[in-house]
Order: sequence, then C-alpha cells, then structure tokens
Amino acid sequence: MLTMGLAPIIVIFKTLAIYQKDERWNEIARFWGKILGITFLFGVVTGIPMEFQFGTNWAAFSKYAGGVIGQTLAMEGTFAFFLESAFIGIFLFGEKRLGQKVHYFASIMLFLGTWLSGWFIIATNAWMQHPVGYEVGPDGSVQLTSFWALVLNKWAIYEYMHNMGGAVVVGSFAVSALGAFYILSNRKVEYARMFMKVGVIVGCIASIWMLFPSGDHQGKMIAEFQPVTLAAMEGLYDTKEGAPMVLIGQPDMEKQRLDNAIHIPNMLSFITYQRWDAKVRGLNEFPKEDHPTNVPLLYYSFHIMVGLGTIFIGIMVFAAIWLWRGWLFTANWLLWIIMLSFPLPFIANTVGWMVAELGRQPWLVYGLFRTEHGHSPMVSGGNVLFTLLGFLGMYTVLSLLYIFLMLRRIDQGVEELGLETLAEAN
Amino acid sequence: METIWFGIVAFMLVCYVVLDGFDIGAGIVHYFVGRSDKERDVVIRAIGPVWDGNEVWLLATGGTLYFAFPALYAAGFSGFYLPLIMVLWLLILRAAGIELRHQLDNPMWTSFWDFVFAGASILLAIFFGAALGNVIRGVPLDATGYFFEPLFTDWTTSGATGILDWFTVLSGVVSLVALSIHGANYLAHKTEGDMNLRARKVVSVGWYALVLVTILSLVAVMVVRPQILENYYYLPVGWLIPLFVAASLGAIKYFNSKGNDKLAFIGSSVYLAMMLGGAVYGLYPNVLPALDPAFSLTIQNAKAGSYGLTAGLIWWPIGIVIALGYFAFLFRTFKGKVAVDEPH
Repeated sequence: MLTMGLAPIIVIFKTLAIYQKDERWNEIARFWGKILGITFLFGVVTGIPMEFQFGTNWAAFSKYAGGVIGQTLAMEGTFAFFLESAFIGIFLFGEKRLGQKVHYFASIMLFLGTWLSGWFIIATNAWMQHPVGYEVGPDGSVQLTSFWALVLNKWAIYEYMHNMGGAVVVGSFAVSALGAFYILSNRKVEYARMFMKVGVIVGCIASIWMLFPSGDHQGKMIAEFQPVTLAAMEGLYDTKEGAPMVLIGQPDMEKQRLDNAIHIPNMLSFITYQRWDAKVRGLNEFPKEDHPTNVPLLYYSFHIMVGLGTIFIGIMVFAAIWLWRGWLFTANWLLWIIMLSFPLPFIANTVGWMVAELGRQPWLVYGLFRTEHGHSPMVSGGNVLFTLLGFLGMYTVLSLLYIFLMLRRIDQGVEELGLETLAEAN
Repeated sequence: METIWFGIVAFMLVCYVVLDGFDIGAGIVHYFVGRSDKERDVVIRAIGPVWDGNEVWLLATGGTLYFAFPALYAAGFSGFYLPLIMVLWLLILRAAGIELRHQLDNPMWTSFWDFVFAGASILLAIFFGAALGNVIRGVPLDATGYFFEPLFTDWTTSGATGILDWFTVLSGVVSLVALSIHGANYLAHKTEGDMNLRARKVVSVGWYALVLVTILSLVAVMVVRPQILENYYYLPVGWLIPLFVAASLGAIKYFNSKGNDKLAFIGSSVYLAMMLGGAVYGLYPNVLPALDPAFSLTIQNAKAGSYGLTAGLIWWPIGIVIALGYFAFLFRTFKGKVAVDEPH
C-alpha cells in the first residue's frame, strides 16, 4: 500500500524538480525513493507467498477457478512484475550512471508497474466478488468466455478506484506526518515544509476521493450485487423502508438488534438508492447459510473504515486551508494531529480489505463456490499450522527489522550532499 | 495449443534457472570468492541490481503455469506443500540477506547477513534440484488428482515416496554443483584481481565434480525412469540435447582455462538450459508423472479452457517481448566490472 501510494508522489517530486529547477526536490525524491526501496523489498519478500498460496493452500479453489483467474495472475507476472523489478533497480542504483532524464522516466515506469500490478490483483479479486465472462465446463470448473469482461469488470473499476485512492491516502499521510515531525523537532525544516506542501494537497484530494466518487460507487455495487453483505455491514436485521444510517452501535447477534445505536434516519436508503423511503433489505430476509460468517467483525471493520475516512477528510481539509492561509507551519496543534495520525490510513486500508473479504463470505467466488470447499484436500491441519507459525515468526522478525531501518532512515533525514555528488557525476 | 503452452512454460522455467541460477550460485560461492567484508560486499553489488528481476521469472513462470495448466498447479503446489513453503522461507531470508546487508556498516550486521545469504542460497539450490528430481521420478498421484508427500520416508524411489530419497538428493547435489559453477563464472566475469582468480579456480576445480555428477545423474535417471528415453527414440533429434550438454561442459573448461569468463558463463548457461531441456523433452506430454502411470497429469488433462489459452497467445508474446527489452536495458545499464572500493 505504501509502495503504491508513494510511487505517484515520487513522480510529483521529480516533476517539481524539473519544472521548478530546484535541486531540493530531487534530494527529497531520493530520500523517499530509499524509503520506497526498503518498503518495496519487504513487500516483495512477504508477497511472494501469496501467489504460491493459491496452489499450496487453496488447491481445490485453484483447480476450480484457474481457467479464469489464471489469466489475470499470469498477466500480472508478465506485464507488471517485470516492469516493477527492472525499474526499481534502475531507479535506486542508476541515477548517476544514466542521468536525470532516465531517472525521471524510471520513476514513472515504477509508478506504472506498481499500479498495473494493482489492476491485475483487483481484477482477480473483483472476479471473485462479482464473477463475469465465464462458463462452467464439463468437469465442473469455470472457464473464461470473455477476456474483456474479466479485465474490464465493472466491479474491478470501482474497486480499483477505491483501493488506489486508499494507497495514495497512506502515502500522503506518511509524507505529511514526517514533515510535521521534522518541523516539530526543528530539524530540516526547509525540506519538511516541502514535504507538507505536497503531502497535504495530495492527501486532501485523495481523502475526499475515497468518499466520493469511489466509496459511493463501491457501496452501490455492493447494494446491487451483494445485498446481504450490505445488510451485515450496516447491522440491519429487519427489512425497512427508509432505513437509517448507523453511526455508532454494537450488534447483538442473539437478540438481532443494535445496542446503543446512534443513527441518522432514512440516510441509508438515500445514499444507496437516492430515495429517502427506499426499501433496504435486512439480514433476516436472506437464508442463514448465506450470511457473512462473522457479522460483528464485518460491521466493525466497515464502521472503523468509514469513521477513519471521515477523520482523514477533516484533518486534510483543515490542513489545506491552513496551508493556503500560511498558518500551517506555526500551528503546532495541527502538526501534532497530522504527525500522530500517520498509522490511521494503514488501519483504514486493512479494515477496508476486511470489509471486502469478510463481506464476500461464505463464498470464495460470490454465489458460485463456497470457502469451505476451497482448501487443499491432502494438506493436513497440522502441516498448515506448522507453516502458519513459521510465517508468523518470520514476519514478526521482518516487521521489527523494517521498523528499525525506517527509524534509522528518518533519523538521517534528507541528504543535502546530493547536489555536489551529482554535479561531479555529470 | 497445449503443446505451445508446454513449450512456453518450459522456456520461462529455463530463463528462470539460467538467470536466478547465477545469483543463487553467487550465494553458494559467497565465502569462497569473497574472503573479506569488502570483497563480500562486491559479491552482493555484482548481483544487487539484477537479482530481483531474475527472481521475477519464478513468479512469472508460476503464474503462467497456473494459467495454462490449473490442475497441475493445484496438485503440484499442494502436494509439495512443505518443501515449497520452505523454499518460500529461504527466498525471503535470502532476499533479506542481499538487501539488508548494506543498510548498516557494522561488522556484526554484515557478517550475519552474509551467513544468511550464503546458507539460504545453498539450501535453495539443493531444494530446487530435489524438486526437479521429484518430477522426473513421479509422485504418488491418485484418482482424485491430488497427492501429498512427506519430506522423507525410506529413501527409496518406489512405494511410499518422500520428497527426499537417494535419487532426489542426487538431483539436489547436481543442482548445487552446477549452480556454484554458474555463479562462479558470473562472479569471475564481474570482478577483478584476486576475486576474479578465486572465482576462476572454483570453476576449474568444480568442473571435475560437475562432470562426475552429471554422468551419475544420467545413469540414475535411466534406472528410475527409463521411459524418459521413449521420446528420444520417437523423435531422434532430441539426441542433440545430450550432445549439447557434453559440448557445453567442454566449453566451460576450455574458456575457463583461456581466461574468457564471459564465454565460460555462456557455457554454463547452455549446460543448465540443456540439462533442463533434456528432462522436459523426455517428460512430454506428461507435466507431472505419477508413480502409477494411469494417474499422471498430462498437458491434456491439466490444461485450461481453449478460449483462455487462445487469448493468452495474444498477450503473452507482447508481454514477454517488452520484458526482454527491460532486461536488455537493465543488464546494459549495469554492465562492466564491480570494483572493491567503489562507493554505493
């Protein structure tokens, strides 16, 4: 997420360096490039298992759906992975050898690679959420019948808009928060202000984008194709005309109601169907075996995501106004808020994905293939537990290393030496 | 159609082995070629900008395999569950070793990652060889189209087989020796002075071991899976492959003794491609032979739907030509020797 969010922001830095002819933007791009490099590495090594797990742990699902999703996964490998991996090497190590023009080009290609990769993954996920362009073959597995239906799935377009917006929110908060940190600790203030200018403007646009149009469209897709998921996300048990939108409340699965609910009357009907009195179907209207497996977790994930999203808009709109009026860099209270809020977009993205994945339950492929039938038939629980523990241990160590290296990088800050060494090289 | 995709997957696998083979090989000989902290840093920098791209061939091959033969992907990956997960762990550790080493200039830090990098590379070479050995020997597939192999059983190649038996361990050794020579050739090509001489020495001494294990493994294949020769009798042009293996072995020795590291490296690339090609040639049309031939996965019963495969024939060549373009650009950018005292 951070990689996909930082990649376009680095392109912005490189563009500013060229148009404003200000070498400091290049130094900033180099600094964030290093952070991107470490993040990319950890993303690659922890991401390799995901591609393999389709086969190792979800063999039955792979066999069932391979005729369709093999297409997007193979295209990701062929088009996006080569692109990213080749240009990250050039971007990180090739600046001196190749000069500024190629370096700028490499940053754009890196951005394209990561975002193309995102497209194929989202298209794969979107097909699992909303299967299109397939037929069921004689052996019971699904086979592709329309390449373009799969690649340009309507669900994929909205999911992509929402997901990539989320990545940019992560990136922009990271850039702004680090800027705020440097200003508050009175170090590298000049650079920190440049961080914040870009971070706040990008963050403001991206945060609003998450609500409208991308979040709005995504919600309407769910209402249309996964109505039972919508009911669970909103904690709506009984079908209602003029359904309220719940702000806070705790779902009680036994008594089938929300405790301590605070809600806005008729709002859910309006935002879903643009009519104040539209009928929204509740959980009880659907057979129990089609309910999402864990309704409370889904409900909370959704509400945390929306709540955080609203907070992001608030923070960034404030910051943008303060920046415009020239008050931002002396408004310590606002800088503190921005600095401390940097982990929140990570949380929002994680719960957002939980909404997508928990909401799809109990299906692996919505309406076609249930999760319980997807696992590898011959791999025993003991073996799965063994490897799960192994991954847990390894990822814990990797997270600690990542945090350690990040803190070190942040402590070093932007290297202002860049100008002279670059002049030598040219 | 499925034959074309069989060829495509085989081609990508060969690309992977030849490319990632040299940086895994560099890891195997890490301590032999790099005697000091600074020299080991040179080893890392020699593969630094390219290893990640090389490894992507594994992911791309995996993705394409899944795309073209979903049933094979499902059966193979779940059947080799434990060793594959261990391969993933090794890949993670090895990547961390390469990329984290230069983050901190502290002897404890660098020596730790040196050890991780070299150890993971050695084990990876053995695991990959053993995996190929399993495919050649055949696996206990049954009527459901799935199997599961424990890591080891009684070390024989029949009955209840494990991932490791005498044959697959031998394959692992072949892979270890071959990749060390391949990696040493690459390092000789990329370094100067003492390091260059040491890398050449690894090749000239290791070459005898390579010839020995190559012959042993060919004999062993005849014992374990004599059927592999059927395709060769059916279409005798395949006999060119062992001829190329022998020729490439000769070329490695010749160019190594002449001090032409680049051609020696091409020799070991051809050797790897031909060894793998020979196995693939003999396997066709099987993609995963079973110990009981009735349950073998072939290109026919493992393939994806024909519409999807046809669509792939349109985008795959485009994608791969672009990818080869990146690689040409990448290797050109970072060509030349890596010196000991160069700053990062």
